[in-house]
Parts: sequence; structure tokens; C-alpha cells
Amino acid sequence: MTASVIKLATTDSDHHIARMAAFALGLSVLEAAFPSPLPGVKPGLANIVTLIVLARYGWRAAAWVSLLRVLAGGLLMGNFLSPGFFLGLSGAIFSLAILVLSQHLPQRWFGPVTQSILAAFAHITGQLLLVYFWLIPHAGLAYLLPIFAAAALIFGTVNGLIAARFLQAPQISGVAAT
Amino acid sequence: MNYNKLHVKFGDWLVLLAGAFFTLWLASLVWHGSAADKAIIRSGGKIFRELPLSRDLELEVPGPLGMSKISIHNHQARITSDPSPRQYCVRQGWLKQAGEVAICLPNQVSLELSGSKKRYDSLSY
Repeated sequence: MTASVIKLATTDSDHHIARMAAFALGLSVLEAAFPSPLPGVKPGLANIVTLIVLARYGWRAAAWVSLLRVLAGGLLMGNFLSPGFFLGLSGAIFSLAILVLSQHLPQRWFGPVTQSILAAFAHITGQLLLVYFWLIPHAGLAYLLPIFAAAALIFGTVNGLIAARFLQAPQISGVAAT
Repeated sequence: MNYNKLHVKFGDWLVLLAGAFFTLWLASLVWHGSAADKAIIRSGGKIFRELPLSRDLELEVPGPLGMSKISIHNHQARITSDPSPRQYCVRQGWLKQAGEVAICLPNQVSLELSGSKKRYDSLSY
């Protein structure tokens, strides 16, 4: 009986995406340790990685990193295919969509902070639409909207500032990129 | 830290400002309370009873876990007891303004106050 070995051919960019996704995953596990006042209100630190990858390597790489992070995060934290997983997934898809669109904004005027804020708002939009149409089809959900919007604004701004700092300092993000 | 070091561009400030206005607008739209005159009680997503707040009463609403007790008193309404494990809806206490909602999730019972005029709601159209 011969042992069969399946070997997948991987490229350097695969490795790079995997590394960035792992980095994002680390951040989401880290923030999962912090208690949240309201389910769904999280800093979303992993989006910093998505923003950096987007700026450096384009939206395809960013989409890979973001979706791999959601998938692996679901497996790692044990909520794979649970409502929480799908909420994260719909949020991630919505923010990726708006990030792709935001690349067409003039870079002279709009930086990572803009992208981060837009992505944060898109994220809660995606999540809340799923919550409304799937989990809690109740108009009372509207009363939480300002809280989610405020969280998106604050965390989006902070994440964007952090991403902007990293993008300005090649020696720091270079470590993560090698 | 100066602006350059923060790397916030002009458009970023605009987006930040727009986001802040949007959040405030949302809050004023959604949290602008008005006097309530009716309690809408739902069980399993369907309207179980609609009651005026002018009459004091106690009511038991059946859900999958058991009975939730609702009381109306002095133009206010609350969920007095509920079999749900976390008791969020009970701890919410008295609901006073139109639009306030208490939802007992595992028991699928909810209590919503509504005013005479139905306000615009961004989620139901």
C-alpha cells in the first residue's frame, strides 16, 4: 500500500495572502476577548489588515484576506455556519463591495480613513439587513441603528487612522509583508 | 500630532463629518419619542392583542416557553414576568414612549408602544 500525497501548487502570493489573513485572524481573535455592550459592536481591528492589503495589493487580495479571515475565524471561534458567522460574512461582503467602489475616489482627497469609515458603515448595513430579514424581522431594531452607526463612525475612524499610519511607515508593515 | 502625521486628507474630514451628521440624523429620526396611546403585543411574530394604555390591566401571553405576564398601568406598560433565561425584557422596566419595545426572545413575545400617528420608520415601508 502506497501512501498518496496530495500536493497543491502554491504561489508566493498565496503565501502572502495566507500570512495577511492569519494576521487579520489574530486581531479578530484578540478583540473577541473583549466584552461588547451590544452584540455586533466590535472594533473590527481585522479591517486594518484589509485596508492595508487593499492599498498595497488591490481588491482581489483584500477580498481573499477578508473572506479567509471570516471563514477561519468561524472555524477557530466555533461559530462556523452559525448566525454570528453569517452576520460577519454579510458585513465583510458589504464592506468589500464599498471598498472596491471607494478605490475610484480621487486619492488626492480621500485616504484610508475615508475607506475605513465607508467600510464600517457598509459592514453594519450588511449585518443589520441580514438581522432584519433573517433573524429579527421587527421594526424595533431601528432603535439600535444610531448606536451601530456611532460605533461604525468611531471604530471606522480609528481603524482608518491606524491603517494610514501603517501605510506611511513601510518598515513596520514590511515586517508583516515579508 | 499634526495633520500630516495623522495623514487625514481633506476628503476624510468631509466623510467623517458626513458620518457624524448621518448618525445624529438617524438618532433624531429614531429616538424622537412621542406620547404612546396603544400597546401592541406580539407572540411568535403575530399580533396577539392591541390594547389602549388608558385602562390598567394585567395580561398573560402564551409563548413556546410559557406565559409572559404584561401589565399596563398609568399609561405605561411593562413585561412583569417571563420564562426567558436572561430576562432582558423584564429588566427593561416600564415603557412610556411611542416606539419603545421590549422583546422576550426565546419566548417570542414582544411588547411595543405606538402613538396615534405612525411615524416614518426606516425599516418598515
